[in-house]
Amino acid sequence: MSLVFAGVCSHAPGITGRASRADPAVRDTFYAKLGELRGRLEATRPDALIVIAAEHFANFFMNNMPAYCMGMADAYEGPIEDEEWLAIKRTRVPGNADLSRRIVRTMLEDIDLAYAEEWKFDHGIMVPLHFLTPNYDLPVIPVNINCQGPPLTPLSRAYEFGRALRRACDAQPERIGIVGTGGISHWPATPNSGVINEAWDRAFLDKFVANRRAELIAYTDEETFRDAGQGGFEIRTFLAVAGATEGAKGEVLFYAPIPAFAVGCTVAQMTVQ
Amino acid sequence: MSLYYVQKLLYQLNRDPHVRKRFSADRDSLLREYVLDEEERAAIAAGDIGLLYVMGVNGQILMHYSALLGQSWDEYIAAMRQGVAVHGPVRGGLYTLLEDRKR
Repeated sequence: MSLVFAGVCSHAPGITGRASRADPAVRDTFYAKLGELRGRLEATRPDALIVIAAEHFANFFMNNMPAYCMGMADAYEGPIEDEEWLAIKRTRVPGNADLSRRIVRTMLEDIDLAYAEEWKFDHGIMVPLHFLTPNYDLPVIPVNINCQGPPLTPLSRAYEFGRALRRACDAQPERIGIVGTGGISHWPATPNSGVINEAWDRAFLDKFVANRRAELIAYTDEETFRDAGQGGFEIRTFLAVAGATEGAKGEVLFYAPIPAFAVGCTVAQMTVQ
Repeated sequence: MSLYYVQKLLYQLNRDPHVRKRFSADRDSLLREYVLDEEERAAIAAGDIGLLYVMGVNGQILMHYSALLGQSWDEYIAAMRQGVAVHGPVRGGLYTLLEDRKR
């Protein structure tokens, strides 16, 4: 049928792995809002969920780093991390290789992307799935945008990737949901872990839910690194969702800096027109 | 000096159970397969998280090696800080431009 759902959420490993270290009231509201996003996703009766993630050296390394890659398998496995460290059990996640193949083929008419018939999910995908499809009964199609090993794809290209993804989804008979997951400002896994630039995050989210493309693609990586840390590079996943919902606006369901999770925790939905 | 191969070894260690098995059973021969200088080889073998951070290993790779060594999250953060205190600022990779925001 087409794209039926578009959302974004955070994926930091602390969200599950260091749950007890957060303020319980804020944490539980965050979890509840992720549950609300799940409800909204399920209400659209999706046949598949595309997760646009920024992985962290689980499958891709600097020996052969794709700017964009889509999974094309009938099953995936995750998390790659220690199960206790992430507090998510290792499991098999269903995919849909046939649908992936059709989407990749259509997208290649507009843009370049790689595909992968093997993919191990890291926290970047497993944490969102833990909240959005915890029974692992919805076929998932992973997408990676390289946000870790510069040179990185320009933001304008991330938006364009989203446009191409939308065209490809709309050309399929299935009902498809997409979730972008990344950022926003954070300095993960460094001595600055826990620092969050709330003002920067809120300004970015305003631009995101208003889908102001010109402002979204105007960020430079130098500014982002300075103001939002290397984790801020992951706004590319948000830009792809904005591109997929070009012309539509959205709603922030939740935003709060949770230092114990080392990220400004975010749940938002974009309208699909 | 090969930050690339230091990270490549740790990346494979993080994702591949067979590499982990060799790392505990046959570490020297495994490390010989990577282009590493003495300091790098010693830092990896000793699990010196602080020095590896100073060398420029990406935290998304390093935090899993830290977890594999059995460090808690607080110990991991402290080890990076200690590395900078002992060895000076980060020498390579993305974090050379990182300002300390917590002091």
